[in-house]
Amino acid sequence: MDKLFSIRNLSFSYAQKPVFSHLDLDFEKGLFYGILGPNGCGKTTLLDLMLRNREPESGHITYKGNNISDLSRRNIAREIALVPQDFYINFPFTVREIVMMGRHPYIPRFANPSSEDVNIVKRVMEQMEIEAFSEKYVTNLSGGEKQRVVFARALAQDTPVVIMDEGTSNMDIKHTLQALNIVSNMVKKGGKSVIAAMHDLNLAAAFCDRLLFMKTGQTIMGDTNDVFNEQNIKDIFEVNSKVYFDMYSNSKQVIYRYEK
Amino acid sequence: MQKDDRGNFAIKTFFLALLLTAIIVVSACMGYIKISPMQVLRVIAAAITGDRTPLVEMNHVIPYVIMAVRLPRILTAAVVGAGLSIAGVVFQGILMNPLADPYTLGISAGAAFGAAVALISDVMFFGPYTVPVFAFTGAILTLIAVIFIASSDGDTSSNNLILSGIIVAAILSAGISFIKYLADEQVSIIIFWLMGSFGSKTWPDVFLTLAFVLAGFLICMFFSRDLNIMSLGDRSALSLGIETRRVRIILLITASLITAGCVSVSGIIGFVGLIIPHLMRFFVGPDNRALIPVSALAGAVLLLIADTVTRAVLPHEIPIGVLTALIGGPFFCYIFRKNRIGVRRG
Repeated sequence: MDKLFSIRNLSFSYAQKPVFSHLDLDFEKGLFYGILGPNGCGKTTLLDLMLRNREPESGHITYKGNNISDLSRRNIAREIALVPQDFYINFPFTVREIVMMGRHPYIPRFANPSSEDVNIVKRVMEQMEIEAFSEKYVTNLSGGEKQRVVFARALAQDTPVVIMDEGTSNMDIKHTLQALNIVSNMVKKGGKSVIAAMHDLNLAAAFCDRLLFMKTGQTIMGDTNDVFNEQNIKDIFEVNSKVYFDMYSNSKQVIYRYEK
Repeated sequence: MQKDDRGNFAIKTFFLALLLTAIIVVSACMGYIKISPMQVLRVIAAAITGDRTPLVEMNHVIPYVIMAVRLPRILTAAVVGAGLSIAGVVFQGILMNPLADPYTLGISAGAAFGAAVALISDVMFFGPYTVPVFAFTGAILTLIAVIFIASSDGDTSSNNLILSGIIVAAILSAGISFIKYLADEQVSIIIFWLMGSFGSKTWPDVFLTLAFVLAGFLICMFFSRDLNIMSLGDRSALSLGIETRRVRIILLITASLITAGCVSVSGIIGFVGLIIPHLMRFFVGPDNRALIPVSALAGAVLLLIADTVTRAVLPHEIPIGVLTALIGGPFFCYIFRKNRIGVRRG
């Protein structure tokens, strides 16, 4: 399979506190990757480095064989979309205007959106079931509704790769499943690739083809069936658990022992 | 921007431009010597075409009053109003903070400090332009200091900028207070300058401010869509292909130069740069491609009305900065309240 991202000998630190040292990772095309790890382990930093929002101290990242520091930001924006973790906006743009911002990398300066842009925006708003409030101000929406708008904005970018950084953390379960099903179908039927930092291990096990477990100084990458096990969860999260194959969800699932 | 919105935007811009033209003519009529609108139009037509025949039957004082006294003042007020409003929109956009205004980064304090130094030390290096040159220099040095302090960690985040601006402005305010304390009888000159005035403005003042405001306007319009997307936050804007650091620093310097140009000619006129962007956001929405031009026109209208009121309506001139707050403040409260109620019911 073709390499999507190759990370080689990557090092990065914040104010002398190392986050990655000499990290090597490969991501392949056409798969749904989940990144799992405790708070502060560098999931967001890794995604930012892959988006060139941050520059590594040493090492490099290639995207489809090109070093990402050689790609223009506009070209990256046509290849990789980001659903960020938190989102706040102080100005009363309408939902439609926010989703249309996803088309920015394709619309020349001073030009107006083409009919194709308008159609894509309409389609993703229907997919995310936000067309009912498309003319509402984004400043008046709830946290979960805002996140669906942000998700739609990333889908409107219509890129081969979608990176999600806790992209569904504020949504209710119905809309979380809906959003994950949309990107999962993009991977299965559209040949797209998704890389998602997630907190819910069971959702990750159900949707992801491959998992990357990470904590400071350690990474475990592999097929979900191989790496989603009690030992790895204990190593990475320091919790005891039981992993079993669940017939109803047709996937591996994890349960924990609670102190009661 | 949707199609129907853009239609509205064109109508609103045209309406504001028409309003501004009408107010320019009406203000030129008003003052100690009453002049009719027809006479004003004839004088302006004669000045533009160079054909003096429309003026033959007119009292020779009238063309002089309009061309040498009133129009320079009127146009300076309009241009400064436009400039402060553009700078207000851009600062609110870059700092992602609706409470920002052209003076948030301490530009006004820098200009005031420069002007105060010039006024107290009686230097006349640049003739009548000594105070503006000092004010401009003060503003630019302040901007450099603020950016330097804010960018210590390699990026100029909005919080860093606001905080640095507040700190630098506080230091400069203390400096201004000290100069006032030293100034004795000159203290009234400093205070008068600080409150702003368009009295005895000349054509060079008009062209100077116009050069800053027009150039700044074009640069801000060039980056207006990027500014829209930057209100999503840096991470989202970067992933949409915007070089946020570069755009932020360009717009920061542009808006600061507009502000410095305006302040050094007119003194410190508050409130316009804060309320006009807000009012116009209610009027045309937050899209900067529409907001910047509409705010420029509305700012020109507001400041010109305020200046005309203080010049020709009130028995004594009161400082223009005081008047903008007195006119604009209550109006803003009304619109703000009405809009909030609308949101709650909608």
